[in-house]
Amino acid sequence: MTSLAFAAGERRQRDVVEVVLGFARTLRHAGVAASPDRVEAMLAAVGHLDVLDPGDVYWAGRLTLCGSPDDLDRYEAAFHAWFAGEAPRRSRSTAQQEQRLAESAPLSAPEGDGSESEEEAPDLKAAASEAEVLRSRDVADLTVAERDQLRRLFALLVPAAPMRPSRRRRPDHHGGVDMARTIRHALRDGGEITSLRHRRPRPRPRRVVLLVDVSGSMSPYADALLRFAHAAVRARPSSTEVFTIGTRLTRVTRELRLRDPDKALAASGHAIPDWSGGTRIGEVLKAFLDRWGQRGTARGAVVVVCSDGWERGGTELLAEQMGRLQRLAHSVVWVNPHKGRAGYEPLTGGMQAALPAVDHFVAGHSLAAFEQLAGVIERA
Amino acid sequence: MSQPTAPPSAPTDPDGLAEALRGTGYLPDEGLATAAYLALAMHRPLFLEGEAGVGKTALAHALAEVTGRPMYRLQCYEGLEASQALYDWDFGRQLLHLRAAEAAGAGGDTAQLEAGLYDRRFLLARPLLQALEDSPSVLLVDEVDRADDEFEAFLLELLSDFTISIPELGTVRAAVPPLVVLTSNRTREVHDALKRRCLYHWLEHPDFDREVAILRSRLPQVTEDLARQVARATAKLRSLDLLKPPGIAEAMDWATALHTLGARELDPDTAARTLGAVLKYREDTDRVHALTRGALFG
Repeated sequence: MTSLAFAAGERRQRDVVEVVLGFARTLRHAGVAASPDRVEAMLAAVGHLDVLDPGDVYWAGRLTLCGSPDDLDRYEAAFHAWFAGEAPRRSRSTAQQEQRLAESAPLSAPEGDGSESEEEAPDLKAAASEAEVLRSRDVADLTVAERDQLRRLFALLVPAAPMRPSRRRRPDHHGGVDMARTIRHALRDGGEITSLRHRRPRPRPRRVVLLVDVSGSMSPYADALLRFAHAAVRARPSSTEVFTIGTRLTRVTRELRLRDPDKALAASGHAIPDWSGGTRIGEVLKAFLDRWGQRGTARGAVVVVCSDGWERGGTELLAEQMGRLQRLAHSVVWVNPHKGRAGYEPLTGGMQAALPAVDHFVAGHSLAAFEQLAGVIERA
Repeated sequence: MSQPTAPPSAPTDPDGLAEALRGTGYLPDEGLATAAYLALAMHRPLFLEGEAGVGKTALAHALAEVTGRPMYRLQCYEGLEASQALYDWDFGRQLLHLRAAEAAGAGGDTAQLEAGLYDRRFLLARPLLQALEDSPSVLLVDEVDRADDEFEAFLLELLSDFTISIPELGTVRAAVPPLVVLTSNRTREVHDALKRRCLYHWLEHPDFDREVAILRSRLPQVTEDLARQVARATAKLRSLDLLKPPGIAEAMDWATALHTLGARELDPDTAARTLGAVLKYREDTDRVHALTRGALFG
């Protein structure tokens, strides 16, 4: 590690401000949101400490520029890279990111079900509007053009949030007596209590947590599921959380808050490192419960797991973690796209292990199924 | 709340502050000392995140002791209202005042009577207002992740200019901005806008030597041997991937429990009997019981 002054000397006597600004740029490339006001704070912090001491500069930056534990590793790497004079390294190129998204929506349907979808589209439906037909078609069997059209239909989906009573109360004509308001009104009448005021608990949206499987076996549905997740996040930004599961856990809530669905999905694609990889649901579910769920994210929430239950690891861990999830959550919904197919039986080991802890087991293969899912979540 | 004895001189660098904190029995590492020093020097709130029981709340108490400032604590929870965080009018006393005035026959000057109703003495100051009025002070906003978004936005407003305006009374401004410590267990991601105003520090479990030192300084009655054994066993428990890894608070509880039972060292039997002080889940206890006896105390 070189000291800031040394680094400044090497870079043709640029002053502290310039060095810090350059460092912030490196940090942004590495994926830490080092906004201008944070950089300003770092400069102020450096002013209070010793500019020549690398340790002090390190802490001044870390305390002001980072905002979550995920930032710390990136900060560490960027700090060493910048102050040791290495070129900034980009975490992932934009090109790669777009490729990932393309993979999520393969051009050809997976083998096996081509004939089935034709059977499901008889002449009667052809007479109905195209959108109506599209609504109930399996997402995996669509052509690229149909998929494009369906994406626009997703904009119409507004999942409503389930409600719960809160501690906070609001004025009402019935319910317990509101002492504060009663007396405040009495003060207007010269201290004479003429009427009682009442209050009732105010309903609040219950938290909804979506865990979307983005592994290889789910790739025909991942795009649609993330679009559903986007609609849910847009409808209730503060009470909805979305994570993707595959070989690791990724939180994509922040990315999905972007208004435009395509931009939001592109941003999530950028954030998800294990797109179309394998599945270790048990392990990833454990990571979710350890890092988020047990601390509060899953407590009293409606947790929706979207997966086909293909588990690469052992199923005991999955069964154990599903039990844990059920004890924490208000209710557990499992969405399996294959359930929408005729003659489906939950035979995969993962599904068998998970089902005892699942409150609602639903399909998620078409837009119509997603509308039903929204209803299940609302009433859960 | 600590009573200021003598006005201690303000530390002039992170090392000085670390030394002062050590004097109170709180042993910070370099990063935490720098964070606390910057919070004091820059008048910026300190946002502490980390596992439960790593000493986030204890730091605020230690800082209050070091600076000789009174401490005000606001425990956050879902549905926290401004009337519980800021101030509330004491309606009961206002009513009593009216009735008393009526009984005394001072009915003439109603304007004066009304003005008298909204007097400072009828105002119930809650932690945030107390911290601003009793300046300089230390304000601990505990478990801010438990409060809801609306409260966060409200806190943001307060932390940016340290003033509270009371419509009936006027504006209360802190002469010296309070030293604000916000803690979070990360049950929920706190909004970026709030974090941006703060210095952010992630607190880790202490390493072995620091943990022994903490146990020794907080619990002088516990022997050095016992402290070392408890620290080693706690570190071992943390590496077991438990549902709730024990923090320093649990390690201290454990050492106290062992000391209370008269144990001079940690043997498997006393450990098994006192495990309830460190492990708070049945699954965790089962796992540790299933371990071979030597594994924890090797």
